[in-house]
Amino acid sequence: MTTKEKSWKEISPAGVCWKSSTQFFTGDWKTYTPIRDPEKCTRCLLCVLFCPDGAIHWQKEKGDIEFDLNFCKGCGICANECPTKAIEMKMV
Amino acid sequence: MKSVVKQEVLALNGDEAVAYAAKQSDVDVVAAYPITPQTIIVEKFSEYVANGEVETEFVCTESEHSALTACLAAAVTGARTFTASASAGLALMHEMLFVTSGCRAPVVMAIANRALSAPLNIHGDQSDTMVERDSGWIQIYAESVQEVYDSMIQAFRIGENLEVLLPVIVGLDGFTLSHSLENVNVLPDDVAKKFVGIRQLPNVLTHEGKTLPFKLDPENPMSMGPVAFPNYYTEFKRQQEEAMKNALKIIPQVHEEYAQISGRHYGDGLLDAYCLDDAEIATVCLGSTAGTVKTVVDELRAEGVKAGLLRIRTFRPLPMEGIIKALENVKAVAVMDKSMSFGGQGGPVFHEVRHVLYDVLAHPYVVNYIYGLGGRDTSLEQIREIYGDLQKILQTKRVEEPIRYVGLRE
Amino acid sequence: MQSEWKFTAKDIAEKPDLFMPGHRACAGCAPATVMRLIMKAVRGPTIVTNATGCMEVVSSIYPYTSWATPWLHTAFENVAANASGIGTALKIMKKKGRIKQQQIDIIALAGDGGTYDIGIQALSGAVERGHDFLFVLYDNEAYMNTGIQRSGGTPYGASTTTSQAGTVVPGKLEQKKPIADIMVAHNMPYVATASPYYWRDLIEKVRKGIEVNGPAFLHVFAPCPRGWRSDPAKSIELSRLAVETCIFPLWEAVNGEYVLSTPSKVLALAPQKKKPVKEYLQVQGRFRHLFTPKFEKMLDEIQQITDAKWQRLLKKCGITQPTKTA
Repeated sequence: MTTKEKSWKEISPAGVCWKSSTQFFTGDWKTYTPIRDPEKCTRCLLCVLFCPDGAIHWQKEKGDIEFDLNFCKGCGICANECPTKAIEMKMV
Repeated sequence: MKSVVKQEVLALNGDEAVAYAAKQSDVDVVAAYPITPQTIIVEKFSEYVANGEVETEFVCTESEHSALTACLAAAVTGARTFTASASAGLALMHEMLFVTSGCRAPVVMAIANRALSAPLNIHGDQSDTMVERDSGWIQIYAESVQEVYDSMIQAFRIGENLEVLLPVIVGLDGFTLSHSLENVNVLPDDVAKKFVGIRQLPNVLTHEGKTLPFKLDPENPMSMGPVAFPNYYTEFKRQQEEAMKNALKIIPQVHEEYAQISGRHYGDGLLDAYCLDDAEIATVCLGSTAGTVKTVVDELRAEGVKAGLLRIRTFRPLPMEGIIKALENVKAVAVMDKSMSFGGQGGPVFHEVRHVLYDVLAHPYVVNYIYGLGGRDTSLEQIREIYGDLQKILQTKRVEEPIRYVGLRE
Repeated sequence: MQSEWKFTAKDIAEKPDLFMPGHRACAGCAPATVMRLIMKAVRGPTIVTNATGCMEVVSSIYPYTSWATPWLHTAFENVAANASGIGTALKIMKKKGRIKQQQIDIIALAGDGGTYDIGIQALSGAVERGHDFLFVLYDNEAYMNTGIQRSGGTPYGASTTTSQAGTVVPGKLEQKKPIADIMVAHNMPYVATASPYYWRDLIEKVRKGIEVNGPAFLHVFAPCPRGWRSDPAKSIELSRLAVETCIFPLWEAVNGEYVLSTPSKVLALAPQKKKPVKEYLQVQGRFRHLFTPKFEKMLDEIQQITDAKWQRLLKKCGITQPTKTA
């Protein structure tokens, strides 16, 4: 995903960043993807807290956990830390 | 046209003049570390703080590197900042000089020009700031203590100008100016404060898609000091160069505005030409040496010699057009360097003046005199000799030695 | 010293990430988890400043930024000086009425590079001057961003690119610098150690560090799978093992008084739960050479050094262990 780069006259001085990193998807880095068994999941939220990429969300309205695979790098921390082994890492 | 204000005359040395100017300029944060011959600046400022004479936070950092860092961080938080150093202290800050100009933070720094080690030398020469000429800082060199005071106040306006946004070094020769007492005309407090005004901030585009004043503000978050890969780094450097170009325009403007109030001009703010209109031989120098040279020029003129002097007040940005114009009729130029560029076939100012004159078809002979290193005094006789050498060059139409050392014991 | 803030896992999970996704840290990067957890502890207007290092580089690749708060990076060794400058500017601008009278917290982040070695001068200076900020050291035990070179925080026996384990030399021969103890000796109001597995303890300590008036220092253990040659999935597990083996005990020093934190206190009171250091070392490639006949004596050495340090810490915390049976 590339955008045309700006000229020196177009960018603000002093190098202030003008894009949020949420526009940069790192999900294509993964070779393993997490698959969660909602039956085994106790919604302890440890995966939400431990994910280095903040790719797991607690959706308050739905009352459930959601994986944002756009940012998941497939590290497997969630699967490793899950107390009920509800998450399995499957090769992409 | 504003009228010249009534000014009090105070007996101040260069360092005290710096501190006094900073006191009057509504500085928010001063972070500094002492080093000879700048110590009086920080001590005087501490005195002001202790007596409640300034509304400024003074931080005694544990090193010069941290001093400039703290000033930079304060500046990008929105504060007006000032610091001072010399020699090894400036050298220690080296990394941060580039960061400061890269972050477009208008920090003002007084440098009591002093020689670099080794061997250790506390006396005045210009090697400390010359070596920083690539750092993206504006550099203004003063000839007298009066000019130190005037330049300091102008510096805040120059650096903070939205077309410039660059940090500024005001150079004063170590001991010669820093520790010499002069009668200095100082502006009334309210006039100085009004002149420096309130700091304006540029607007920048942030990651939230908003255009906001450039400062660290929890209400308007922005990230400063990112890593810029090869795809963007060049563009930022080009921006800094554009700022330097704009400074060539802004410095004379600020200088003129200040002259209307103070009644004092230093040439046009960029260059101070002395008896150059019809001069055949001339020297080029920076700082207080110009005072000594002017005395010699007066003597020579009285003897009918067409001698002149070009004092470069603003060294960065380099006033190329002005130098070409000032030296247009001169036939032999001696550039005096109070520093060296080892292995560079001459001193830094020599390099720059030669480069400036290269495109001039009928350019003069340009030779180099390395002088005053480590604070060695330069006498009227020695300067007379330089002019004598220039006359000889014109007579013989030959340059025997392009680079000479004044007073070197062979 | 207790904070009045009480929270559940859900409360934390519902707080927005101020260290946003889309950063370029490696998969399994514990420092990235640490950044997220630190930012969850923020209580109000906050300015973050970062030293050069992994977390700074991955989160600020122009024009992208992962920081939802105001954020400044200048250089490697001076993040504490950054914090000093920011804090001083805010103070005087409030005094002059140029900005709102509101509490703005300052967090300085640095890796072991920007803290133990090149950063220690600025840190010591800022602490001596008493600036009000929280300094968080995320310790991955080497200069990771430049390619896994040894730092003052690299532990004894670890192989790094500049303290390689070869046929003659078994990795780093020097001990890990006791940075947190050094900071306690500065007479600071608050110093603590934390580990991301114990997320609640970490978040509480960050909040306490923020709340304290004056400088606070938090040493956070942050495994790096790349540099430690460990399984990316095990980064958080390693941060647990480090505590369970007492290699990285969790404690606080409130005005110089050492207090053991619960995860380590449990081990002090039930020493049989303390795990042998071998369990922690054997899952990391950087200690692989310690499991060869030539260097396996070092394992005992490491166990002894760890035990001795642990005992000294217990003494400082005023804890006497139950006497061993048989």
